[in-house]
Amino acid sequence: MQILAKTNYDFLRWKWHALALSVAVILGGLGLIVARGLPLGIDFSGGTLIVVEFAEPVTEEQVRQAVAPLPGEEVVQQYGDASERRVMIRLPQVEGATEGDSLEQGSAQVEQALQKAGLVVSEVVSRELVSAIIGKDLQARGIYATIASLLAITVYIGFRFRFSFAVGAIAATLHDVFVTIAFLVFFGYDLSLNVVAAILTITGYSVNDTIVIFDRVRENLRSRRREPLDKIVNESVNQTLSRTIITAGTTFLSVLSIFLFGGEALRGFSFTMLVGIASGTYSTIFIASALAILLSNKSRAAVATGTSPADTATGQGGKKPKRARAS
Amino acid sequence: MKTLQWRLILIAAVLGLSIWSFYPPQTKIKLGLDLKGGVHLVLRVHTDDALNLETQTTVERLRDSLTRAGVQFGKVEVVNPTEFRVEGVQNDGAFRDAAVDADTSYDRSSEAGGYSYRMKPNITNQLRDGTVAQALETIERRVNELGVAEPIVARYSGQDQILVQLPGVSDVRRAKEIIRSTAQLKLTLVDQGPFPSREATLQAYNNVIPPDAEILPGRQEGGGTAGTAGTVFYTVKKAAAVTGRDLRNAQQSLDEFNRPAVSFTLKQDAALRFGNFTQASIGRPMAIVLDNRVMSVATIQGRITDNGQITGISRDEMVDTVITLKSGALPASMEYLEERTVGPSLGAESIRAGFIASLAGLGFVVLFMVFYYKLTGLNAVFSIVANLMILLGLMAFLGSVMTLPGIAGFILTIGMGVDSNVLIFERIKEELATGRGARAAINAGFDRVWWTIVDTHVSSLIAALLLLQFGTSTIRGFAVTLIIGLLSNVFTAVFISRTAFELVLSRRQTTAQTVSI
Repeated sequence: MQILAKTNYDFLRWKWHALALSVAVILGGLGLIVARGLPLGIDFSGGTLIVVEFAEPVTEEQVRQAVAPLPGEEVVQQYGDASERRVMIRLPQVEGATEGDSLEQGSAQVEQALQKAGLVVSEVVSRELVSAIIGKDLQARGIYATIASLLAITVYIGFRFRFSFAVGAIAATLHDVFVTIAFLVFFGYDLSLNVVAAILTITGYSVNDTIVIFDRVRENLRSRRREPLDKIVNESVNQTLSRTIITAGTTFLSVLSIFLFGGEALRGFSFTMLVGIASGTYSTIFIASALAILLSNKSRAAVATGTSPADTATGQGGKKPKRARAS
Repeated sequence: MKTLQWRLILIAAVLGLSIWSFYPPQTKIKLGLDLKGGVHLVLRVHTDDALNLETQTTVERLRDSLTRAGVQFGKVEVVNPTEFRVEGVQNDGAFRDAAVDADTSYDRSSEAGGYSYRMKPNITNQLRDGTVAQALETIERRVNELGVAEPIVARYSGQDQILVQLPGVSDVRRAKEIIRSTAQLKLTLVDQGPFPSREATLQAYNNVIPPDAEILPGRQEGGGTAGTAGTVFYTVKKAAAVTGRDLRNAQQSLDEFNRPAVSFTLKQDAALRFGNFTQASIGRPMAIVLDNRVMSVATIQGRITDNGQITGISRDEMVDTVITLKSGALPASMEYLEERTVGPSLGAESIRAGFIASLAGLGFVVLFMVFYYKLTGLNAVFSIVANLMILLGLMAFLGSVMTLPGIAGFILTIGMGVDSNVLIFERIKEELATGRGARAAINAGFDRVWWTIVDTHVSSLIAALLLLQFGTSTIRGFAVTLIIGLLSNVFTAVFISRTAFELVLSRRQTTAQTVSI
């Protein structure tokens, strides 16, 4: 059985449309971020997050009214299925007060406020208190980890392939990171630790797809030096297309199972992964190769003067596998 | 044929070892706090406290030795935790001789009519480090007294942060109090008091408290049980006759009215000192001060040597005070920077949800592979299941912790396993389409794809390794799962899957020209 056997779509024809679409999504996300601020979860902003289970069914509105008198702006959200009677309450970091104490106070105040409003809490399901210090520290580490990961992957691809490919791959990965963040904003997810972990995983995963195509490009370049690069790239995308779709599909399915059955705690994580996988596949097909070609145009010009880019691409000497050519 | 046999034996051995390593999973696989329930705490030690104490002590000693040597000086004052200043020095030579002790830990610089002292950077670091180390030990002892199974007490990021993880603790508030209570006990003379308010205390001294005394709050005597009595104030001597360090033991007991109390006994040398002290102070009131609160005041009736009692506390306070006194005082105060509590029900639900999600993910993938690749898909299924076995086995062997994001990593590993297998299968398909025989196509497929697999795994590993540097222990659980999964996937997708192919080929004799894929 074969999905998409022997395709020959002209993906590169669509590169400008694709770029426009991506830019639109990313700009939309950026616009929302500028308007509403980056939706940092308490892991990064600091603050208090409590999930309580009520003895009786309550509405979000009841809870919101009960905690309204507390200082700062509270966020009240149903947590999980309505039948579980769970509500998440988030308080911002109260400024000014001594940190450790204000942490404890916030959570105690919520419980008191709920009690006063006559809402009986049967269980405090989870409680997270994060001080601004830890939040800042995690922010710094999150940014560092993401940038370092992008850089390291760029270096690795630059080492294994040619530099323009590395730039194409990393641009595609950055694209995925931004698109994912845009979708998180559209759908109202907060940037939590788990979400950032998912974004980091996406940086690794998204590059995977790109590498598979570039590997094929490299192989094709070696056997067909005279053909134009964009034709080879487009063919390589087509040759690996069924693999790309199948693996993205199966990974998507397994992450979908986390999204559907993994419970509320992994919702943000799995949503991020789902968007990232979809965006990664899309960017691999439409963005990475197009960029690699645009950036390779200079080195293509070098062909005329005698230095073959195929040689530079595969010029890692003994580090490269010896491939028997089937021709 | 021979090599095929060896390959099969190797695979069987690896899988056998893995299963042996993680079976039964309930006991062999360690669960993180988010699955087990419990509390994760990050504390910051106020190391400035310890520096301040050191500087204060040095200043006291300096004052003493200057006075003893008869050196004239105007004022010695502490500027900040690491600096103090001496003013009005007349005779520089005599001063330096008398103040030689301070030079070991402080850098001295001359100022007009005096000196400024700044703690040496290496001493500062040593003190800060030592303070955190000491706090760590104390917290460990307290956590052990709390009776928590498998607690974690360790240094956290930064120079002054400590991580405490207490699985399965239900009374988080009490645990936090016990961990944080400085438990600084001292027995000291009361200068005056009690006064009804701080203002009244100041008035009694015409607003000038003697430099060797301090105002501390306390409870009204005979005011009933703890917490209900009004607060009163005392002035007590700063210099303690006995401190928590002099304790030999503390235990729960009852006072003369059968109310909860904590009795303590002193170490030998302290007992001697305390004996002399009380002998010299007969008739004067003495305060027992715990964490800067006057717990009780009693008039010294006679020589007391080696024991005392803290009274006027509730039963819970008694239990907790014994724990904190026995575990020793903290060298500095601490604050909580982070708390994450997971109720036990949420943990159990997460395990169930993770289990269902894993099974569903595996189910999806198995269905697809078998539907799409027919029998050959079973090769992939086998290699994916083998990958999960090895992953679990290694996790149990390395003692790494399974967290909720870790379960997600588990499921992602399934996805990656499929990825590699599909990559190989699709390649074999292509090779078959060029008209190669089954064996040649399979060989070519695996060979061609090998470096692609290496590249994709390395780039994923880079991201996972950086994840390891980032975030809380739950995220680290995810990163570890991902890393182990990636590594074992190379083995299963390439080695095991290929062996499976060859096994099929060898069954059909080497002449087979087709493979259904």
